[in-house]
Amino acid sequence: MIEKHNIKTDSPEKEYSTLNLGPTHPATHGIFQNILKMDGEIVMHAEPTIGYIHRAFEKIAEHRPYYQITTLTDRMNYCSSPINNLGWHMTVEKLIGCEVPKRAQYLRVIIMELARISDHVICDTIIGQDTGATTGFLYFFQMREKIYEIYEEICGARLTTNIGRIGGLERDFTPKAWQKLEAFMVEFPKYLKEFQSLIERNRIFMDRTIGCGPITIEKALSYGFTGPNLRAAGLDYDVRVANPYSSYEDFDFKIPVGKSGDTYDRFMVRLQEMWESVSIIRQAIDKMPEGPFHADVPDFYLPEKQDVYSKMEALIYHFKIVMGETDVPKGEVYHAVEGGNGELGFYLISDGGRAPFRLHFRRPCFVYYQAYPEMIVGGLLSDAILTMSSMNVIAGELDA
Amino acid sequence: MSELLETLSGKLHEKFGSNLIKASMDYDFPVFLIEKNSLIEILTYLKTDPEMGFNFLTTLCGVHTPNNTGAEFGVMYQLQNMEKNWRIRLKITMPEDDLKVPTLTVLWPAANWMERQEYDFFGFNFTGHPDLRRILNMDEMNYFPMRKQYPLEDAGREDKDDKFFGR
Repeated sequence: MIEKHNIKTDSPEKEYSTLNLGPTHPATHGIFQNILKMDGEIVMHAEPTIGYIHRAFEKIAEHRPYYQITTLTDRMNYCSSPINNLGWHMTVEKLIGCEVPKRAQYLRVIIMELARISDHVICDTIIGQDTGATTGFLYFFQMREKIYEIYEEICGARLTTNIGRIGGLERDFTPKAWQKLEAFMVEFPKYLKEFQSLIERNRIFMDRTIGCGPITIEKALSYGFTGPNLRAAGLDYDVRVANPYSSYEDFDFKIPVGKSGDTYDRFMVRLQEMWESVSIIRQAIDKMPEGPFHADVPDFYLPEKQDVYSKMEALIYHFKIVMGETDVPKGEVYHAVEGGNGELGFYLISDGGRAPFRLHFRRPCFVYYQAYPEMIVGGLLSDAILTMSSMNVIAGELDA
Repeated sequence: MSELLETLSGKLHEKFGSNLIKASMDYDFPVFLIEKNSLIEILTYLKTDPEMGFNFLTTLCGVHTPNNTGAEFGVMYQLQNMEKNWRIRLKITMPEDDLKVPTLTVLWPAANWMERQEYDFFGFNFTGHPDLRRILNMDEMNYFPMRKQYPLEDAGREDKDDKFFGR
């Protein structure tokens, strides 16, 4: 018979070292802090602190006319700001019951898919960067620059785009924008293929990411995961398919899904989504209908500048819109779009005033970032860094 | 979506009787106003009943309506059944002096930060919440900024007053 001897030590319990990861740390890609309790290299406990760049958007929105809120949405997920902008416009259009012409919807689809590509380019190259594959980051990142140049042709801005207007777009694509888009459509697949072949089956990358920060589908659902992170866990939920907006039902595309919800799957889902986005843009260009690029809603859509100078009516509407004097119906709407990192929702209560009575943003990464401690506890510190970059947490959106 | 409203309001009425105060359609959403005390009971039913299957908490947010006497504060919850592609909204209201709301963290861990945020903004007291602290604003803040009585900017400022716009 074996006798069990319990070893007794003087110290009551094990002592962990505390590590401050953030608020400004090059590996967190944004301003948020994690206070980690470490047992050597292993994370035993994590306590995230957020709110370092909280700008009270929901409060500001209650004091601004509708068209001025677009610039607030830019600053949430700044890696794909056009999706936020257009999502907001669609919310208001739903409230006022405005039907946007087909051409404007297709142009919006092109813009939103470009934004999705740029979002995924950033996230995927950064996963590469954090595993040590700097080549992808430096080389493939050029493509984001090309996308920003297209934005510039469309709306004049690059990062905080303020793209589109309530009722459509501010202007049609210029010939130069089409030219740049065509050039991008030729160039991008080549770059993407090269990036893919560099990393996809790379032994070091696979060893590093497979099984790193996994999450099960049940856990992902209970933590409110959406977007590529949920799809990586194995559920094919995509707002573009479930509740199509802006004519997404006209396009033929697949929803890539993963299986284990680890860093590798999240990486791969984004990679495949870029291919799907390319295909959607191609379809939109080929099927592009003729027609106006904005709806006829004079109460919300600014008249032509030339008309403002020469026509009484146009001047009145211009004044009404700029001073926020247009009447908005009372009501409550919720509109969701598939943002770069998940379901971006706008919950808007209007009391008929010039500003929303209440505007709530459902920010995808605010909801799913709370699962982060659970995903990293028990793993290595270097895996925690990788898990964070693969979750695509954007500080601007997290803190709103 | 209005068939969904009918089926759901029928079921909820049958199960919870007068705890379902009002059911209506708001744009594309079935909206149910329910009694605050039966919140957990109703949500548990919606989440666990195989016929319902609302297993995803999309979002929740508070609202302050100071002119609505007796129901100055409210919270709305949005649930989703991804399989059947159903989305619903539930609402509760409460008077200013009783801001206790049962926490949803027992059903969805995702409610943790969402409720902390609404506490931070409005001061709801989510009873049973494991960690009810401010999340976005600083801990030293001594008021709840999203309440309507707090102005966005310096209260002495007059150039942005609504009276200049005829309201």
